[in-house]
Amino acid sequence: MAYLIDGPLWYFSLAVFCIGVVWRIGGIVFARRKADFSVARGPAAPGAFKTLFSRFVPHREIAPQIGIQVVAGYLFHLGLFALLLFAVPHVEFIEHNLLGFGWTPMPHWAFIVASQFAFLGLIVLWLRRLLNPVSRLISTFDDHAVAILTFIVMLTGCLALLRGFEELRLLHRFSVEIWLMYFPFSSLMHTFTFIPSRAFTGAWFGRRGIDA
Amino acid sequence: MSEKLENGLAAMRGEIDGKVRSFFSSCVHCGICAESCLFYTETRDPRYTPIYKTEPLRKLWKSEYTFWGKLASRLGISKPMTDADLADWEELVYDGCSMCGRCSMVCPVGVDIAMIIFKVKHGLAMAGFSPEGLVGATQRAVDIGSPMGITLKTVQAMIKHVEEDTGLEIPMDVEGAEYLALLSSNEIALYPEYLESLAKIFAHSGVSWTLSSDAFEATNSGLQIGNKAIAGQLVERVVAGAKKLKVKTVISPECGHAYTALRWEGPNFIGRAYSFKVVHILELLDELRAQGRLKTTGKETARMTFHDPCSIVRRGGVEAQPRNLLAPMAENFVEMRDHGSMNWCCGGGGGVSSNERAEGLKLTAFNRKKSQLDEIEVETVVTACSNCRMVMEDGVEANEMDVELVGLTEMIAGHLADGRAD
Repeated sequence: MAYLIDGPLWYFSLAVFCIGVVWRIGGIVFARRKADFSVARGPAAPGAFKTLFSRFVPHREIAPQIGIQVVAGYLFHLGLFALLLFAVPHVEFIEHNLLGFGWTPMPHWAFIVASQFAFLGLIVLWLRRLLNPVSRLISTFDDHAVAILTFIVMLTGCLALLRGFEELRLLHRFSVEIWLMYFPFSSLMHTFTFIPSRAFTGAWFGRRGIDA
Repeated sequence: MSEKLENGLAAMRGEIDGKVRSFFSSCVHCGICAESCLFYTETRDPRYTPIYKTEPLRKLWKSEYTFWGKLASRLGISKPMTDADLADWEELVYDGCSMCGRCSMVCPVGVDIAMIIFKVKHGLAMAGFSPEGLVGATQRAVDIGSPMGITLKTVQAMIKHVEEDTGLEIPMDVEGAEYLALLSSNEIALYPEYLESLAKIFAHSGVSWTLSSDAFEATNSGLQIGNKAIAGQLVERVVAGAKKLKVKTVISPECGHAYTALRWEGPNFIGRAYSFKVVHILELLDELRAQGRLKTTGKETARMTFHDPCSIVRRGGVEAQPRNLLAPMAENFVEMRDHGSMNWCCGGGGGVSSNERAEGLKLTAFNRKKSQLDEIEVETVVTACSNCRMVMEDGVEANEMDVELVGLTEMIAGHLADGRAD
């Protein structure tokens, strides 16, 4: 089992992830786009660039109503990326198996803080999805599936690091492999597709001379 | 599958391009858009969540462009779309969305939700699921030339009155004029003071302009109902009128959706660029002001604000011009808390005001505007869209508010300095 999880399944899941992501992004970038015959008032590119970053901060007009989602969203995403890129085992894994070099990992206390942020954010967002009438109505099976899968990946990862059992490490790696294979076929793709999405909309606003 | 459904699905399928694919791939169903939509905030009904209104197109995208959707279709375990699905969404899209686009401003992943809702509307229109009031208006626009059934004779009668009242000649079918002015149905039927104001301002500024007997109507019911072919047909009438008179620029009137239809979507509806420019009346007036050709005198002392029409400001980019024009005249001007590109809609855009079935919901949605106005306690609301003005007048009357609605062009005409500015 360890051989399968550390070997063929890892490479297979990585291949599915990479090919799937490239395929999905290619499907967006190279899909037909209708020409716009209207005369632009302003340039599209600066609008696209601006919107790419401006949407990281909510409009002040709506911020009070969505505060919980914004704070929970930032806690989850920042915590998750900190764990992914700076947890000691991840840095070592990247150095020995992927890039051939590493960087300074985060100290143990930072790992604890980041994981607590990530868990808190994810749980709040998921509870909101389940309890808020709007989120409950519009959520799909996939939305719940990615939340559960991500939760399992984070939980097994923390347990593996804190307890140090080989079985837990394998369980974490296996859950990561499932997550990687599900990624291109799920809303996890927003990790990449938010870029063209924001850019398309920003370009549209830019052409019309709208500050968005 | 019924022929109606097939037509609707084919129309929606044709709308799935790279943008739509990126939007649906990015949406994580966070529901933030709900808080930006006045139909949700004023009813608290989750069905009015903007992204939920796009559900028919999302389902189609999922079944034809995603792995799981294709697999489910192949295995015969997916639930195919039915006429009933489209019928269910008709009310949400036509009654519960004014196409104001506020949702598109707040989506964290940048989904232009209003754009997708229009695509759904197009599918519904092609499938024959549109409200009776809009269908009738669209038919009249095609048959008679105007959604309110206004004929050239009606316009000529109005012109006669305006000429008598102002002592100015209203130029009609003047070949080689620089500008061709269009009117919306509301401006002909309800607010003839708009044409009177144009005549006064253009005489003051020395603008060479004309009306066209072939193309006087700017209202585009095709856009409102979501039928691109009819929208294109109505735009072609303006193009032909402009070409016949050899004008350099067409002026879109104080009507939000007419501006969208003509300035931004028109060339796409007909599949080619225009040979003339299109400007909104406020753009032209601000240009004249900047050139020193439009001079006003006197001040309005009433406490007043400006209502930003969504199609002109948020979706049209004409935000600074009305404020530039108001500044010299409004002594006691105050902005609403949410204004400019984040202003709240009046509740009647996107064809809602032409849809009798939506009357109650429209008035409920107006409560948002009422709250905004109550907060700043103004006596006068200036706007630059005859539809917004009409909807807000209804809302003001229904709520017994002590607020006066005024068109910006009309206010400028009332403050013109004596003599010609040039």
